[in-house]
Amino acid sequence: MTTLTFEDFKPGHFGTFGPRHVTREEILAFAAEYDPQPMHLDEEAAKASMLKGLSGSGWHLCSLLMRMMFDGFISRTASMGSPGVNELRWLAPLRPGDDLTADIEVEEARISRSRPDTGIVTFKGVVRNAAGVTLCEMVSPIIVRRRTDVAAE
Amino acid sequence: MRFFEDMEIGVRREVGSFTFTAEQIKKFAAQFDPQAFHLDEEAGRKSLFGGLAASGWHVGSVCMKLMVADGQRMSKEAAARGEEIPVWGPSPGFRELRWIKPVLAGDTISFSGVIESKRTSEKRPEWGILQSRMTGINQRGEQVYSLLATAFVPRRNAGS
Repeated sequence: MTTLTFEDFKPGHFGTFGPRHVTREEILAFAAEYDPQPMHLDEEAAKASMLKGLSGSGWHLCSLLMRMMFDGFISRTASMGSPGVNELRWLAPLRPGDDLTADIEVEEARISRSRPDTGIVTFKGVVRNAAGVTLCEMVSPIIVRRRTDVAAE
Repeated sequence: MRFFEDMEIGVRREVGSFTFTAEQIKKFAAQFDPQAFHLDEEAGRKSLFGGLAASGWHVGSVCMKLMVADGQRMSKEAAARGEEIPVWGPSPGFRELRWIKPVLAGDTISFSGVIESKRTSEKRPEWGILQSRMTGINQRGEQVYSLLATAFVPRRNAGS
Protein backbone atom coordinates (compact mmCIF):
# COMPACT_ATOMS: atom_id res chain seq x y z
CA MET A 1 0.00 0.00 0.00
CA THR A 2 1.34 3.43 -0.90
CA THR A 3 2.08 5.76 1.95
CA LEU A 4 0.33 9.11 1.72
CA THR A 5 2.69 12.09 1.87
CA PHE A 6 2.17 15.85 2.02
CA GLU A 7 1.59 15.96 -1.75
CA ASP A 8 -1.53 13.80 -1.39
CA PHE A 9 -3.40 16.39 0.69
CA LYS A 10 -4.96 19.13 -1.42
CA PRO A 11 -7.44 21.68 -0.07
CA GLY A 12 -11.01 20.41 -0.37
CA HIS A 13 -13.02 17.37 0.70
CA PHE A 14 -10.71 14.47 1.54
CA GLY A 15 -12.99 11.63 2.60
CA THR A 16 -15.82 10.28 4.71
CA PHE A 17 -14.99 7.62 7.28
CA GLY A 18 -16.96 5.29 9.49
CA PRO A 19 -19.56 4.36 10.49
CA ARG A 20 -18.31 3.65 13.99
CA HIS A 21 -20.90 2.18 16.37
CA VAL A 22 -20.60 3.38 19.97
CA THR A 23 -22.02 1.23 22.76
CA ARG A 24 -23.33 2.27 26.18
CA GLU A 25 -20.60 0.11 27.79
CA GLU A 26 -17.86 2.04 25.95
CA ILE A 27 -19.37 5.37 26.98
CA LEU A 28 -19.56 4.33 30.63
CA ALA A 29 -16.05 2.81 30.63
CA PHE A 30 -14.44 5.94 29.17
CA ALA A 31 -16.37 8.23 31.51
CA ALA A 32 -15.50 6.13 34.56
CA GLU A 33 -11.81 6.47 33.80
CA TYR A 34 -11.46 9.99 32.39
CA ASP A 35 -14.60 12.04 32.93
CA PRO A 36 -16.68 10.69 35.84
CA GLN A 37 -19.31 13.43 35.85
CA PRO A 38 -22.84 12.22 36.67
CA MET A 39 -24.15 13.32 33.24
CA HIS A 40 -21.80 10.72 31.64
CA LEU A 41 -22.37 7.91 34.16
CA ASP A 42 -25.80 8.04 35.72
CA GLU A 43 -29.12 7.90 33.79
CA GLU A 44 -31.11 9.88 36.36
CA ALA A 45 -28.50 12.61 36.80
CA ALA A 46 -28.11 12.73 33.01
CA LYS A 47 -31.86 13.26 32.50
CA ALA A 48 -31.74 16.24 34.85
CA SER A 49 -28.68 17.71 33.08
CA MET A 50 -28.58 20.26 30.27
CA LEU A 51 -27.99 17.36 27.84
CA LYS A 52 -31.23 15.59 28.91
CA GLY A 53 -30.03 12.02 28.85
CA LEU A 54 -26.89 9.90 29.15
CA SER A 55 -24.14 11.33 26.96
CA GLY A 56 -20.55 10.36 26.24
CA SER A 57 -17.62 12.48 27.37
CA GLY A 58 -16.54 15.06 24.82
CA TRP A 59 -13.00 13.68 25.21
CA HIS A 60 -14.33 10.25 24.29
CA LEU A 61 -15.84 11.73 21.13
CA CYS A 62 -12.49 13.41 20.30
CA SER A 63 -10.67 10.13 20.87
CA LEU A 64 -13.17 8.30 18.64
CA LEU A 65 -12.63 10.91 15.90
CA MET A 66 -8.88 10.30 16.24
CA ARG A 67 -9.45 6.57 15.78
CA MET A 68 -11.73 7.11 12.79
CA MET A 69 -9.08 9.33 11.20
CA PHE A 70 -6.42 6.71 11.98
CA ASP A 71 -8.43 3.91 10.41
CA GLY A 72 -9.47 6.16 7.52
CA PHE A 73 -6.05 7.47 6.43
CA ILE A 74 -3.54 8.32 9.16
CA SER A 75 -2.51 4.65 9.43
CA ARG A 76 -1.13 4.93 5.88
CA THR A 77 0.07 8.53 6.08
CA ALA A 78 3.66 9.63 6.78
CA SER A 79 2.33 11.46 9.85
CA MET A 80 4.78 12.82 12.38
CA GLY A 81 2.21 13.92 14.93
CA SER A 82 0.19 17.05 15.58
CA PRO A 83 1.09 20.28 17.39
CA GLY A 84 -2.45 20.77 18.65
CA VAL A 85 -6.06 21.65 17.89
CA ASN A 86 -7.02 25.15 16.82
CA GLU A 87 -10.67 24.76 17.71
CA LEU A 88 -13.00 22.04 18.89
CA ARG A 89 -16.74 22.51 19.21
CA TRP A 90 -19.04 20.04 20.93
CA LEU A 91 -22.39 20.78 19.30
CA ALA A 92 -24.66 17.88 20.29
CA PRO A 93 -24.31 15.03 22.76
CA LEU A 94 -22.83 11.62 21.92
CA ARG A 95 -25.48 9.01 22.80
CA PRO A 96 -25.29 5.27 23.47
CA GLY A 97 -25.88 3.36 20.22
CA ASP A 98 -24.79 6.22 17.94
CA ASP A 99 -23.28 5.33 14.57
CA LEU A 100 -20.68 7.98 13.84
CA THR A 101 -19.31 9.14 10.52
CA ALA A 102 -16.44 11.60 10.09
CA ASP A 103 -16.18 14.00 7.15
CA ILE A 104 -12.62 15.16 6.66
CA GLU A 105 -11.67 18.23 4.70
CA VAL A 106 -8.21 19.67 4.04
CA GLU A 107 -8.43 23.35 4.98
CA GLU A 108 -4.84 24.23 4.25
CA ALA A 109 -1.61 22.49 3.23
CA ARG A 110 1.71 24.32 3.44
CA ILE A 111 5.39 23.43 3.58
CA SER A 112 6.98 23.82 7.01
CA ARG A 113 9.46 26.68 7.26
CA SER A 114 11.39 25.15 10.16
CA ARG A 115 11.44 21.60 8.71
CA PRO A 116 11.33 21.87 4.91
CA ASP A 117 11.17 18.08 4.48
CA THR A 118 7.70 18.21 6.04
CA GLY A 119 4.41 19.96 5.45
CA ILE A 120 1.63 21.08 7.75
CA VAL A 121 -1.81 19.85 6.71
CA THR A 122 -4.71 21.48 8.55
CA PHE A 123 -7.76 19.25 8.66
CA LYS A 124 -11.34 20.04 9.52
CA GLY A 125 -13.19 17.04 10.87
CA VAL A 126 -16.96 16.94 11.31
CA VAL A 127 -18.54 14.05 13.23
CA ARG A 128 -22.20 13.27 12.61
CA ASN A 129 -24.59 10.66 13.96
CA ALA A 130 -26.80 8.44 11.77
CA ALA A 131 -29.52 11.13 11.73
CA GLY A 132 -27.01 13.57 10.23
CA VAL A 133 -26.81 15.73 13.36
CA THR A 134 -23.35 17.28 13.81
CA LEU A 135 -21.89 16.25 17.15
CA CYS A 136 -18.53 17.96 16.90
CA GLU A 137 -16.24 19.96 14.65
CA MET A 138 -12.49 20.06 14.96
CA VAL A 139 -9.75 22.00 13.18
CA SER A 140 -6.31 20.51 13.71
CA PRO A 141 -2.95 20.57 11.92
CA ILE A 142 -0.91 17.41 11.36
CA ILE A 143 2.77 17.31 10.36
CA VAL A 144 3.23 15.13 7.27
CA ARG A 145 6.50 14.15 5.58
CA ARG A 146 7.04 15.33 1.99
CA ARG A 147 7.95 12.89 -0.77
CA THR A 148 11.72 12.47 -0.66
CA ASP A 149 12.27 13.17 -4.35
CA VAL A 150 10.21 16.37 -4.14
CA ALA A 151 11.66 17.61 -0.84
CA ALA A 152 15.21 17.20 -2.15
CA GLU A 153 14.65 19.65 -5.01
CA MET B 1 -17.28 22.39 42.08
CA ARG B 2 -17.92 26.05 42.73
CA PHE B 3 -20.62 28.47 41.63
CA PHE B 4 -20.03 31.01 38.87
CA GLU B 5 -19.99 33.87 41.38
CA ASP B 6 -17.20 32.24 43.39
CA MET B 7 -14.78 31.87 40.49
CA GLU B 8 -12.10 34.53 40.40
CA ILE B 9 -10.38 35.65 37.21
CA GLY B 10 -6.59 35.34 37.19
CA VAL B 11 -6.22 32.99 40.15
CA ARG B 12 -4.21 29.82 39.42
CA ARG B 13 -5.50 26.57 40.82
CA GLU B 14 -3.47 23.35 40.85
CA VAL B 15 -5.75 20.51 39.77
CA GLY B 16 -3.41 17.55 40.27
CA SER B 17 -0.63 15.53 38.71
CA PHE B 18 -0.42 12.21 36.87
CA THR B 19 2.43 9.87 35.94
CA PHE B 20 2.07 8.33 32.48
CA THR B 21 3.35 4.74 32.51
CA ALA B 22 4.35 2.91 29.32
CA GLU B 23 1.51 0.48 29.96
CA GLN B 24 -1.13 3.23 30.18
CA ILE B 25 0.26 5.02 27.12
CA LYS B 26 0.05 1.84 25.04
CA LYS B 27 -3.40 0.91 26.33
CA PHE B 28 -4.93 4.28 25.39
CA ALA B 29 -3.11 4.29 22.05
CA ALA B 30 -4.24 0.76 21.16
CA GLN B 31 -7.82 1.87 21.62
CA PHE B 32 -7.85 5.35 20.09
CA ASP B 33 -4.56 6.37 18.47
CA PRO B 34 -2.51 3.36 17.37
CA GLN B 35 0.29 5.28 15.66
CA ALA B 36 3.61 3.42 16.07
CA PHE B 37 5.23 6.17 18.20
CA HIS B 38 2.42 5.77 20.78
CA LEU B 39 2.65 1.96 20.87
CA ASP B 40 6.28 0.96 20.55
CA GLU B 41 9.41 2.23 22.37
CA GLU B 42 11.69 1.74 19.37
CA ALA B 43 9.32 3.52 16.97
CA GLY B 44 8.96 6.31 19.57
CA ARG B 45 12.74 6.75 19.81
CA LYS B 46 13.03 7.05 16.02
CA SER B 47 10.17 9.61 15.85
CA LEU B 48 10.20 13.38 16.41
CA PHE B 49 9.15 12.61 20.02
CA GLY B 50 12.38 10.76 20.91
CA GLY B 51 10.66 8.10 23.01
CA LEU B 52 7.39 6.30 23.66
CA ALA B 53 4.97 9.25 23.68
CA ALA B 54 1.43 9.48 25.00
CA SER B 55 -1.30 10.28 22.47
CA GLY B 56 -2.26 13.93 22.75
CA TRP B 57 -5.83 12.77 23.34
CA HIS B 58 -4.60 10.72 26.27
CA VAL B 59 -2.98 13.86 27.75
CA GLY B 60 -6.18 15.86 27.23
CA SER B 61 -8.33 13.11 28.74
CA VAL B 62 -6.06 12.87 31.80
CA CYS B 63 -6.30 16.64 32.27
CA MET B 64 -10.11 16.26 32.20
CA LYS B 65 -9.87 13.40 34.72
CA LEU B 66 -7.89 15.56 37.13
CA MET B 67 -10.24 18.53 36.67
CA VAL B 68 -13.23 16.34 37.53
CA ALA B 69 -11.43 14.91 40.59
CA ASP B 70 -10.53 18.43 41.71
CA GLY B 71 -14.16 19.54 41.29
CA GLN B 72 -15.31 16.57 43.34
CA ARG B 73 -12.84 17.52 46.12
CA MET B 74 -14.27 21.06 46.13
CA SER B 75 -17.80 19.65 46.28
CA LYS B 76 -16.90 17.52 49.31
CA GLU B 77 -15.42 20.56 51.05
CA ALA B 78 -18.56 22.57 50.31
CA ALA B 79 -20.75 19.73 51.60
CA ALA B 80 -18.64 19.56 54.78
CA ARG B 81 -19.31 23.27 55.31
CA GLY B 82 -23.01 22.60 54.81
CA GLU B 83 -23.11 24.62 51.58
CA GLU B 84 -25.14 23.96 48.46
CA ILE B 85 -23.16 21.94 45.89
CA PRO B 86 -23.22 23.22 42.33
CA VAL B 87 -23.40 20.77 39.43
CA TRP B 88 -21.37 21.88 36.43
CA GLY B 89 -22.85 21.89 32.98
CA PRO B 90 -21.33 20.58 29.77
CA SER B 91 -18.62 22.30 27.74
CA PRO B 92 -19.33 23.79 24.31
CA GLY B 93 -15.71 23.19 23.31
CA PHE B 94 -12.16 24.49 23.51
CA ARG B 95 -9.61 26.47 21.55
CA GLU B 96 -5.83 26.73 21.29
CA LEU B 97 -5.00 23.21 22.42
CA ARG B 98 -1.18 22.93 22.20
CA TRP B 99 0.80 19.73 22.56
CA ILE B 100 3.96 21.73 23.21
CA LYS B 101 6.35 18.91 24.10
CA PRO B 102 5.92 15.14 24.07
CA VAL B 103 4.72 13.37 27.20
CA LEU B 104 7.00 10.33 27.41
CA ALA B 105 6.65 7.14 29.43
CA GLY B 106 7.53 7.88 33.06
CA ASP B 107 6.78 11.63 32.83
CA THR B 108 4.74 13.21 35.61
CA ILE B 109 2.56 16.07 34.45
CA SER B 110 1.12 18.63 36.87
CA PHE B 111 -1.95 20.44 35.60
CA SER B 112 -3.23 23.83 36.71
CA GLY B 113 -5.83 26.28 35.48
CA VAL B 114 -6.38 30.04 35.42
CA ILE B 115 -9.78 31.57 34.71
CA GLU B 116 -9.36 34.02 31.84
CA SER B 117 -12.91 35.27 31.42
CA LYS B 118 -16.45 34.82 32.71
CA ARG B 119 -19.80 36.01 31.45
CA THR B 120 -23.41 35.13 31.97
CA SER B 121 -25.19 33.17 29.27
CA GLU B 122 -27.69 35.24 27.29
CA LYS B 123 -29.75 32.23 26.26
CA ARG B 124 -29.60 30.48 29.63
CA PRO B 125 -29.53 33.14 32.39
CA GLU B 126 -29.20 30.50 35.13
CA TRP B 127 -25.77 29.64 33.72
CA GLY B 128 -22.44 31.40 33.47
CA ILE B 129 -19.84 30.71 30.79
CA LEU B 130 -16.27 30.41 31.93
CA GLN B 131 -13.04 30.34 29.94
CA SER B 132 -10.11 28.72 31.67
CA ARG B 133 -6.51 28.27 30.47
CA MET B 134 -5.28 24.84 31.51
CA THR B 135 -1.54 24.14 31.55
CA GLY B 136 0.47 20.93 31.98
CA ILE B 137 4.07 21.06 33.26
CA ASN B 138 6.41 18.04 33.38
CA GLN B 139 8.79 17.04 36.19
CA ARG B 140 11.55 19.20 34.61
CA GLY B 141 9.34 22.29 34.78
CA GLU B 142 8.74 22.34 31.02
CA GLN B 143 5.32 23.27 29.73
CA VAL B 144 3.97 20.37 27.67
CA TYR B 145 0.26 21.11 27.32
CA SER B 146 -2.01 24.12 27.11
CA LEU B 147 -5.71 24.53 26.39
CA LEU B 148 -8.31 27.28 26.54
CA ALA B 149 -11.38 25.47 27.86
CA THR B 150 -14.97 26.73 28.00
CA ALA B 151 -17.63 25.46 30.38
CA PHE B 152 -21.15 26.18 31.60
CA VAL B 153 -21.09 26.86 35.35
CA PRO B 154 -24.28 27.29 37.42
CA ARG B 155 -25.07 30.67 38.99
CA ARG B 156 -25.85 30.90 42.66
CA ASN B 157 -29.55 31.28 43.48
CA ALA B 158 -30.37 30.82 39.81
CA GLY B 159 -33.75 29.37 40.69
CA SER B 160 -34.86 32.28 42.88
